[in-house]
Amino acid sequence: MVVLRSGAAAWTLAVAASWTALAIAAGLFLEVAGGNVVSYWIGSWPPPWGIEYRIDIVNAFLALLVSFIAAVVIVYCRESVRAEVPRERHYLFYAMYALCLSGLLGIAVTGDAFNLFVFLEISSLSSYVLIALGRDRRALMAAYQYLILGTIGATFYVIGVGLLYLLTGTLNLADMAARLPAVSDHRSVLAALAFITVGISLKLALFPLHLWLPNAYAYAPSAVTAFLAATATKVSVYVLLRFYFTVFSGSGIFDDRPLAPIWITLSLAAMFIASAIAIFQNNVKRLFAYSSVAQIGYITLGVSFGSVYGLTAGIVHLFNHAVTKGALFMLLGGIALRLGTVRFDAIGGIGRAMPFTSFGIVLAGLSLIGVPATVGFVSKWYLVLAALERGDAWLAFAVVGSSLLAVVYVWRFVEVAYFREPTTEVARLREAPLSMLVPAWLMVLACFYFGLDTGVTLGGAGAAAESLLRGPR
Amino acid sequence: MTAGTLIVGAVAVPLAGAVLIAAAHRTPNLRETVTLVTAGLLFLLVASIVPDVLAGGRPHQTLLPVMPGISLAFTVEPLGMLFAVLASGLWIVNSLYSIGYMRGNGEAHQTRYYVCFALAIASTMGIAFAGNLFTLFLFYEALTLVTYPLVTHHGTEEAKRAGRLYIGMLIGSSILFLLVAIIWTWAIAGTIEFTPGGVLGGNVSNATMGLLLALYVFGIGKAAVMPVHRWLPAAMVAPTPVSALLHAVAVVKAGVFSVLKIVVYVFGVETISGMTSVDWLPFVSGFTIIAASIVALRSDNLKRRLAYSTVSQLSYVVLAAALLTPLSVIGAALHIATHALGKITLFFCAGAIYTAAHKTEVSQLAGIGRRMPWTMAAFTIGALSLIGVPPAAGFVSKWFIMSGALQAGHYAALTVFVVSTLLNAAYFLPIVYSAFFRVPGAGAGGGDGHGHGHGEAPWPMVVALTATAASSVALFFFPELPLQLARQLVARSPG
Repeated sequence: MVVLRSGAAAWTLAVAASWTALAIAAGLFLEVAGGNVVSYWIGSWPPPWGIEYRIDIVNAFLALLVSFIAAVVIVYCRESVRAEVPRERHYLFYAMYALCLSGLLGIAVTGDAFNLFVFLEISSLSSYVLIALGRDRRALMAAYQYLILGTIGATFYVIGVGLLYLLTGTLNLADMAARLPAVSDHRSVLAALAFITVGISLKLALFPLHLWLPNAYAYAPSAVTAFLAATATKVSVYVLLRFYFTVFSGSGIFDDRPLAPIWITLSLAAMFIASAIAIFQNNVKRLFAYSSVAQIGYITLGVSFGSVYGLTAGIVHLFNHAVTKGALFMLLGGIALRLGTVRFDAIGGIGRAMPFTSFGIVLAGLSLIGVPATVGFVSKWYLVLAALERGDAWLAFAVVGSSLLAVVYVWRFVEVAYFREPTTEVARLREAPLSMLVPAWLMVLACFYFGLDTGVTLGGAGAAAESLLRGPR
Repeated sequence: MTAGTLIVGAVAVPLAGAVLIAAAHRTPNLRETVTLVTAGLLFLLVASIVPDVLAGGRPHQTLLPVMPGISLAFTVEPLGMLFAVLASGLWIVNSLYSIGYMRGNGEAHQTRYYVCFALAIASTMGIAFAGNLFTLFLFYEALTLVTYPLVTHHGTEEAKRAGRLYIGMLIGSSILFLLVAIIWTWAIAGTIEFTPGGVLGGNVSNATMGLLLALYVFGIGKAAVMPVHRWLPAAMVAPTPVSALLHAVAVVKAGVFSVLKIVVYVFGVETISGMTSVDWLPFVSGFTIIAASIVALRSDNLKRRLAYSTVSQLSYVVLAAALLTPLSVIGAALHIATHALGKITLFFCAGAIYTAAHKTEVSQLAGIGRRMPWTMAAFTIGALSLIGVPPAAGFVSKWFIMSGALQAGHYAALTVFVVSTLLNAAYFLPIVYSAFFRVPGAGAGGGDGHGHGHGEAPWPMVVALTATAASSVALFFFPELPLQLARQLVARSPG
């Protein structure tokens, strides 16, 4: 793409790449759905010496998610990028988009801890650039903020991996898991765990390490927000799962350590505090960015239960939340394109001017609340079930209680969009272009389709949860 | 057509109607024709399922499996049958009335109104025929959401506030309590299918049972048991036909219907009748009956008075269900029907008075019976039905409920019914008296100068309110169909 130096050609190429990736990911998913594990040795060097790409149901589920979102968002990019990014940088944008996608997919498929770091950096560096391409000057500041925090996170991760390498002499994740129990009384294991946990938590924006996220989402180009919100944090959750349930699970390091309560506390804090902050935002993008922080809390809450139901809830919510937020940010991008802003005080009456966009936002908002027949409901069902299974009824009420906060912020949009008289500026707006509306509505419909037909998502998540809990093989 | 197709059709027909109504938005006459035809077709569909159910059949149709063990499925049982016949039948009448009302008052956004109405009926059918708690919950939430644009129809600041209360209380309570209760039921019983005799028997402790019941009763905000009743009076800002069909029939009845259905098919009357932890329910619902009646007595706004009367009457059904005797459960089922007919008549009258005379307060109604004899005659029948005086249908259901209270030996409940009957009389009869026997005095002068001009409301409205009043009387003389259905409801649950 850099060679081509043409925006249109770069876009075409990016579409081809994303769709091919989706096809491959779907093929892989089908192949491992039966419980197979695909192992590919780079340069034919057998693991643990060479780098191994190892794909089980967890990896495949994630790769499918990332490539699905990428394939939809890339179509949407065309109009959105044309409006928000200077023409001479289009080819750079698509190059970065492709790099970011390959980084994220690389994380999803690799079985090697250091290779994972490399991919993490590829995706992170390209996402800093993507965010900085936002037309608001504050995008630079947001990208810088993300750069600093993201780098700290990546550094922490690599320190942790370094410690593990010193202890076990291997970088292959499966091999590491096998060797770790032998050295688990060593205190460095604990240090490694701590570094990796904090490093990854920064990347996945776990409360209170989420500070980079709202600005980055609010000021990045709309297409970037949609893409990153739906994929980047999700991939980090996967890395966390991989380390907790594959690498460290056999080492006995979690015994006698109050990790679950810490995770539960932080998750609850995310769910309530971030939702409460979201309610008071004036910028709708920021509002949904804070909502993302809260939804990540749902994911980590499910994970921290450590049960089949809990993990299933967490993993299926990866997908469900990605689809929901993807839809929301893509639709918001339509408003940003036409109006230039998504502040509440500017978009009054938008429901009349851009009916499809606004109604789509309401529908995706319902999914965020967790109304039945949407994907949000499926996640919530399993999360509450997992809480009840633990015998913690109060946690069940906490889960549903925090979704009431989502009702509040979604309804803020409803009232502004439908009850205010449109300003002259809003009244003359046209509906978003079809090339943006169609992909966005595809996501909205996905919110409902996967809320009713949960075979792939729930089936995949359930299988992934069981495979993770079974531990390394 | 198989029974399964008929059931799915009952949900699909109003949905398709909604699409057609939206498509016909340019030609109001065609749009209203579509509404009426859809309503008629739906009623025929629903009615055609009745013989099968009466013969003991329980048509079942699974649409699609949603999660392992949980599917979107419909099963028709007697109670749902009764509710569906009622809602679909009254939709025809109400559509007729709507046409008169919406045109008579020159309301805006009429297409949106008819579309949402059709969607609301589709959701109601889904609730009536739900085969399990998931399906019930899905359509329950859908009903709240599609009626929101109806409640906030006028788009005023007041409507917006009412809408907030409406969404906040209904969605809030259902997510916070009902959803947890459903998942809890699933966790305990491993099934959420509606099963005769209940699914919770045998493995639930006394305390858990009481807690679960509380989650269900307060989670179903549509049943408006105090303190989750505030949304209902607030929702009266909606156009009157909305208040009539939705907030006297479809929405609120969906609430008490769900409570009754859950008591019968999830808890099982037999299972909880021995449990002490559920004894609070008669007192809470009894309190609601009395307290709401007193508020109604003190309200001068006619629709507000009717709304609080609804809150009170809904708790009749809840209390009757809570008495856990066969007779009271029959009474509860019947009361869903009889109160619906009575209350929709009263709302129709209130709307007719508003359209013809632009009066909204009780104190303005002196002498209005002379100008609007049909309307006020219907009002009288509706009021008698709610008080429980023959020859109006309300007497029948009240008879069964009170017999049930006697059978249970629950004298507190009996007292509640007697006191509430007196209160009902106290807040309805003065309206009837002043409408017919007082001359419009100087005190009611506000509309007087204007008042000389008006007669009855537009004819579709008068036809509609006469029809519902007449069916209220008819139901008194011919209660066989609902009675048979209600009896089957009890016969199915052992004991």
